[in-house]
Amino acid sequence: MGGISLNYLLRRLLVFFLTLWVAATLIFIIPRLAPGDPIAAMVARLSYQAGFVENADLIIEGWKERFGLNDPVYVQYLRFMTGLLGGDLGYSMARFPSTVTELVGRALPWTIGLVGISTFIFFVVGNLCGALLAWARTPRLVKVLIPMSMIFTSIPPLLAGLLLSYTFAFLLGWFPQTYSYGFGLTPGLTLEFIASVIHHGILPAMAIVIVTFGYWALGMRGMMVTIEGEDYMILAQAKGLKPFYVLYRYMIRNAILPQMTALAVSIGTLVNGVVLVEVIFNYNGMGTLIVTALREQDFGLIQGTSFILIVTSALAVLIIDLSYPLIDPRISLEGR
Amino acid sequence: MAEDKMVQDAPVAGGTKKAGVLNRFDNPWLNWKFLGGAGILGLLFFIIFLGYQFWDTDLALSARAPLNLPPIGFENWRGQTGVPEHPLGTENSGRDMLALWIVGTPRTVFVGVIAATVGMLAGIVLGFMAGFLGGLFDDVIRLAVDIAITIPSLLVLIVIQAVLGRVDLLTMALLISLFSWATPTRYIRAQVLSMRESGYVQMARLSGVPVRDIMFKEIMPNLLPYLSASYIGNMQGAIISAVGLEVLGFGPQRIPSLGVAIFFSIEAGALFRNMWWWWGIPTVTLSVVFIALLLINLGLDEIANPRLRKAN
Repeated sequence: MGGISLNYLLRRLLVFFLTLWVAATLIFIIPRLAPGDPIAAMVARLSYQAGFVENADLIIEGWKERFGLNDPVYVQYLRFMTGLLGGDLGYSMARFPSTVTELVGRALPWTIGLVGISTFIFFVVGNLCGALLAWARTPRLVKVLIPMSMIFTSIPPLLAGLLLSYTFAFLLGWFPQTYSYGFGLTPGLTLEFIASVIHHGILPAMAIVIVTFGYWALGMRGMMVTIEGEDYMILAQAKGLKPFYVLYRYMIRNAILPQMTALAVSIGTLVNGVVLVEVIFNYNGMGTLIVTALREQDFGLIQGTSFILIVTSALAVLIIDLSYPLIDPRISLEGR
Repeated sequence: MAEDKMVQDAPVAGGTKKAGVLNRFDNPWLNWKFLGGAGILGLLFFIIFLGYQFWDTDLALSARAPLNLPPIGFENWRGQTGVPEHPLGTENSGRDMLALWIVGTPRTVFVGVIAATVGMLAGIVLGFMAGFLGGLFDDVIRLAVDIAITIPSLLVLIVIQAVLGRVDLLTMALLISLFSWATPTRYIRAQVLSMRESGYVQMARLSGVPVRDIMFKEIMPNLLPYLSASYIGNMQGAIISAVGLEVLGFGPQRIPSLGVAIFFSIEAGALFRNMWWWWGIPTVTLSVVFIALLLINLGLDEIANPRLRKAN
């Protein structure tokens, strides 16, 4: 960790742990702030669905005892927090023997994979397009084509997902409409399975990429325009350096750091979008798990899934923030 | 005459040396992106206004029309063709799509406007406090912003809504606004910080102008394009959150907004039954709104940043 000042490292870690604490506390408090008794409300909903639930009072009392809801709030809070520290998220109410950790453990890799791959694609493609838009030597045709491809920018990924699913899965039948791998395949490192995962993942990833890369292109273009006015650019050109070398070493290298900062800031929004895209494609990640939990009124699972996804986002932001010195050595001098 | 003031102040703020005479058509507010975006939104709402005048909006309630009719000129899977009484078709529970569109579009935008306004006001207050007062204020606010930006708001909103169940649009807007203050705060703080060091603010300070006047009479007018851009961005974010929550089934159900219509269509498998008008009309309308907002935002960006203007 050569380039990171201790101050910066400590502040980032503080933000990371505070974020986890705030998220855990919010998730603990929200059900208790709501008017009424969540357990009673859940039983009421169950009896509404099933018509009648025998011994509803006993069930409510039993669950209250089971979840320790009769203890004072601070005891509940401490128990909740120590449980989280030990990775214990409780049981899923709707699929009782399974723990929340188990269900989340099955769903999380899919979501991380989807977010990771689409982030990589839109970040590279977006920044490249932005650089080409601002570069003086870019062919005119490319400068016309790139803005045209950015038409979907700013549309929520959810809506792009609907449009893509209809066009390429329903009408053309090129890609499957739901799930993350083919029916009847067992997950494993077989060629068939990997091909199926890629085939299923293209549309969800595209739904995120086509609405996002335009933002990065616009941001990159703005940075490049600023850099083009700098004195060292004139010097680089006067030295007779190759144009591609100037583009990469002088322009993109200098413009990429603010883009990384922007990426860290946008992780939260990105996760919001991915959750909804998963719902559209019935992709078996965290988003679909949350929706299933909502449908089954499985409150413990909703809490657990949200919390783990928040932890994952915070971790991603931390990793990006700590990687700045690797990308831009100047950052250590500034000691932010 | 805020616009004229902007034009005169811009060269000072941007640090360009040439303050010269500005051509009437050189007005930065007259760029095609800004006008185009505003025009699209204006046209959309004019059509909706006409719709309210000439179309029976009660048809947006369920069981007011035959079920599953396609728009005029199309045929559904049962071989029925569209009828003039329901030009955009109808959906599963007998709502007229045109009436639903007329009623639903403003409802969706309404959530965005309320949430963005509340979040923006909080952002202005916090951003100015952090950027201008500095010290402990700055540390605390910056920490809060860092935390709030990291947490994906939708997840907390889902937990809240799972407890509250379905809520009306105003409640939903206020819930969303709980999470829409952080980005404007961060943005405004950065702008205020850079303006605080600029010559004219230092000058005002040396002349003994009170802090309040420096904030609201010196810095605020120059921040106007930034603030508007931030507001529009906030509105996009708020509408995205609202549509997301609605698609998850948390919107008001009796009179649907566009997101709720999409929720119903997904639940009923409209994607598999080729009832494209059901989810497609809300989707395309929302897309148009988002593209218009983006154009306005880009236009405002060019107004705020003369270098981008030159690059075109």
